Amino acid sequence: MKRILNLKINGTACEDAVADNMLLIDYLRDQKGLTGTKQGCDGGECGACTVLVDGKPRLACVTLAHDCAGTEIETIEGQQRNGRLSALQRAFHENLGTQCGFCTPGMIIAAEALLRRNPDPDDDAIKRALGGNLCRCTGYIKIIRSVRAAAAMMARDAA
Amino acid sequence: MNAPGAKAAPKTARRHAAGQPTPLLDGVEKVTGKAVYTADMNAADALVGRILRSPVSHGRILRIDTAAAEALPGVVAIVTGADCDKTYGVIPIAMNEFPMARDRLRYRGEPVAAVAAVDADTAARALELIELEIEKLPAVHTARDARRPDAPQLHDNKPGNIEREVHHEFGDVSAGFQAASLVREASFHCAEVNHAQMEPHAALAEYDAERDRLTLHSVTQVPFYVHLTLARCLDMDTSRIRVVKPFVGGGFGARTETLNFEIIAALLARKARGKVMMRLSREESIITHRGRPATDIDLKIGLDDAGRITAVECSVTQAGGAYAGYGLVTILYAGALLHGIYDIGAVRYDGWRVYTNTPPCGAMRGHGTVDVRHAFECLLDRMAREMGLDPFELRQRNLLQAPTRTLNELMVNSYGLGECLGRVKKASGWDARKGKLPPGRGLGLACSHYVSGAAKPVHWTGEPHAVVSMKLDFDGAVTVLTGASDIGQGSTTIVALAAAEVLNIDLSRIRVVTNDSVITPKDNGSYSSRVTFMVGNAAIQAAEELKRKLLSAAAEKLDASLEDIEPGEYFHVRGARQSALPFREVALAALAREGTITVKGSFTCPPEAQGGKHRGGAVGSTMGFSYAAQVVEVSVDADTGQINVEKVWAALDCGYAINPLAVEGQIEGSVWMGMGQALSEETRYQDGLPAHAGLLDYKVPTMVESPDIEVHIVESIDPLGPFGAKEAGEGALSGFPPALVNAVQDATGVDMDVLPLSPDRVLDALRKARRRPARKEAS
Repeated sequence: MKRILNLKINGTACEDAVADNMLLIDYLRDQKGLTGTKQGCDGGECGACTVLVDGKPRLACVTLAHDCAGTEIETIEGQQRNGRLSALQRAFHENLGTQCGFCTPGMIIAAEALLRRNPDPDDDAIKRALGGNLCRCTGYIKIIRSVRAAAAMMARDAA
Repeated sequence: MNAPGAKAAPKTARRHAAGQPTPLLDGVEKVTGKAVYTADMNAADALVGRILRSPVSHGRILRIDTAAAEALPGVVAIVTGADCDKTYGVIPIAMNEFPMARDRLRYRGEPVAAVAAVDADTAARALELIELEIEKLPAVHTARDARRPDAPQLHDNKPGNIEREVHHEFGDVSAGFQAASLVREASFHCAEVNHAQMEPHAALAEYDAERDRLTLHSVTQVPFYVHLTLARCLDMDTSRIRVVKPFVGGGFGARTETLNFEIIAALLARKARGKVMMRLSREESIITHRGRPATDIDLKIGLDDAGRITAVECSVTQAGGAYAGYGLVTILYAGALLHGIYDIGAVRYDGWRVYTNTPPCGAMRGHGTVDVRHAFECLLDRMAREMGLDPFELRQRNLLQAPTRTLNELMVNSYGLGECLGRVKKASGWDARKGKLPPGRGLGLACSHYVSGAAKPVHWTGEPHAVVSMKLDFDGAVTVLTGASDIGQGSTTIVALAAAEVLNIDLSRIRVVTNDSVITPKDNGSYSSRVTFMVGNAAIQAAEELKRKLLSAAAEKLDASLEDIEPGEYFHVRGARQSALPFREVALAALAREGTITVKGSFTCPPEAQGGKHRGGAVGSTMGFSYAAQVVEVSVDADTGQINVEKVWAALDCGYAINPLAVEGQIEGSVWMGMGQALSEETRYQDGLPAHAGLLDYKVPTMVESPDIEVHIVESIDPLGPFGAKEAGEGALSGFPPALVNAVQDATGVDMDVLPLSPDRVLDALRKARRRPARKEAS
């Protein structure tokens, strides 16, 4: 059965008829066309679908869309400001924190959640926060470097 | 400029583009979520495709009845084995697979039928309504079972389930062993592993019934092979087919041959006379497999008093799964790449590629060489210990001298292994630390190598190995057209850097258009690390041709001779910058002569690179080998069997780093992938049922257990490589598992013979060792 779902996605209010059993990932990808959020596994194993729900990282592939009623969702598509890359996006791009790019949106979103609560994380804090996000290309070296570079960039900008 | 075949530039030469650390040209799309992968393509008007798979490991199809499924409202098309009687397979002489089984079922998960329906729920219900009657047959799941005299035979033309047997002997092996003062043998087993690329498989097929045309978007590394296979299996003229590769979320070899779902999606689209989106689950993606086979290795090495390798004897058995795929190449690589890294007196190789009732294996990063290199480097280390030689010293005594040709006729023109050894020895503090670490902590070394492309492609056409075209038009932008498949490794950026270097222009002036068979030149694809060497050289040649046209136009405008003009964003006569012409002005002058300029460059591997004349001699042949050495430091928890990799120092000779940032990324990624195979990755089957078909059960390392990897780039400047470059993405992988095993031995005194070194195996080995007298003095 479909019901009306009201929520905000990347700052925009949305009102859609959504099936009760629809997962957040399918709602975002198929109904809203926000395909930046990726599905890499059959449920809760890889972290590629990480989005922010009221600022907290959530796996969209194991979250019902209706459970997000009234919340504010942030996806990779909402990370740019005025058409420019966010600090994390720039750092991942410049430091090769992305190779094939498939894990990248989830990785950047998980890192965004981390940097909001800990603006200067050490390697261990990064590993704990991103430990649920798998990457098969980088060996994670340049992902960790990217997160640290973004933190430094943000600290510079705030100064 | 360093054209192919030209004398190598001095090692210190840094260029304005080729050699500069450069973020990927398509990186912005990836970090913004704008990169469109196959599964992201608009499927609002597409049917949903789903595959029905075999529930048994081995059986005969007695009856398939699709009537009830067809009657279900919303079902548009159903295809079965009856819809395609053409076999396919990447090796022209070994095509023995049908897109959907026709008579025999040979592994659990093999496609049997497929449905196109209006939505996913309807497609799933339709699969349940297909009636499938099967006569179950006895099955074999391991190479040992498959080779028993009473084993059921998978393929009628392959008695004993032997897909390919290889017996090669180069040099006098028995004389070599007689000359040896130390001869040792050991047996190793390496578990089957899967690529587990992050992007699950997907294909979008669209059939234009009005004009009988087919378009396929897919996750492939080899659009050209997919194109040929679709033409064959759908019995369509190649000119009616278009294959496009969108962004691809990793490959590692999983997608270096046409895969069944790509053909099935096309068959469904044609039958439905419309568009079909086929998105495979992670479970299905893993079952589609084509990974590295479970491998048994028996190895014997002889060393003389000086520690020189006098002879090697190696036999390898690979459990290849149910169909041929790349199998015969894999078993040939395993033997061929015993050569090309050390100076060896004589080599005997016996290989058996065996059919089993499991998902077909194929090519995976380090294709064919990984498990054999593992055995070799482990046994070499044990013998060094026995001789009282430092592991570095033993390897240094067996280095090649380039240029040379190996016993099996492989060409080695550049060789930086000695420098790699020196770099990691120093960086790891080996001399000061080896043997002096606390108990439970250890250091291990191993070396490895890999080809820079197969000098003789699997699909021989006589054409050049690579073609790149370039277009220059009124806008003054240089558009590079290439069929090279960027799967995340950064090939698009390499091609652009090559063009920017030759033309001496800004990278931002260059756009690269890739992988659309309607637009871009044919390319064999991204496998065997061929792209940088072959496509890079073709790009250089195309850019040289464009430069010649521009210089000629500039010479006329500047009233100077062509040789005196420096090209670039501003063309000028050398030493006279005041009369500089902007690039676009020169471009327009060149266009005035002939209109839109299109040029082309190509690259062909010379015959002397194409290997020996012996049967199978083309496999392993290459333009140049990358070389790697790495030191791994571990700590081993004797109570839990848990191994922690503390740090890795890896050096790789990639000839010349055209994009040092990407080279680092490739070395880190390949070392890390070797770590996964060494520590935790392993497919498991229960009665043929994959028990690992998810990312929880198939354990790729997470960020938490992944170590720091210190990368050293060594540049030996290959005389034929583009700017001296060779491959960088595979060579370091196969060194990790043996370096780890050697480090664990250093930490615990225990030699491990089976991969992966999962905690249960480590605990078992430690317990057994405790029952025996200790082999290592407490330090």
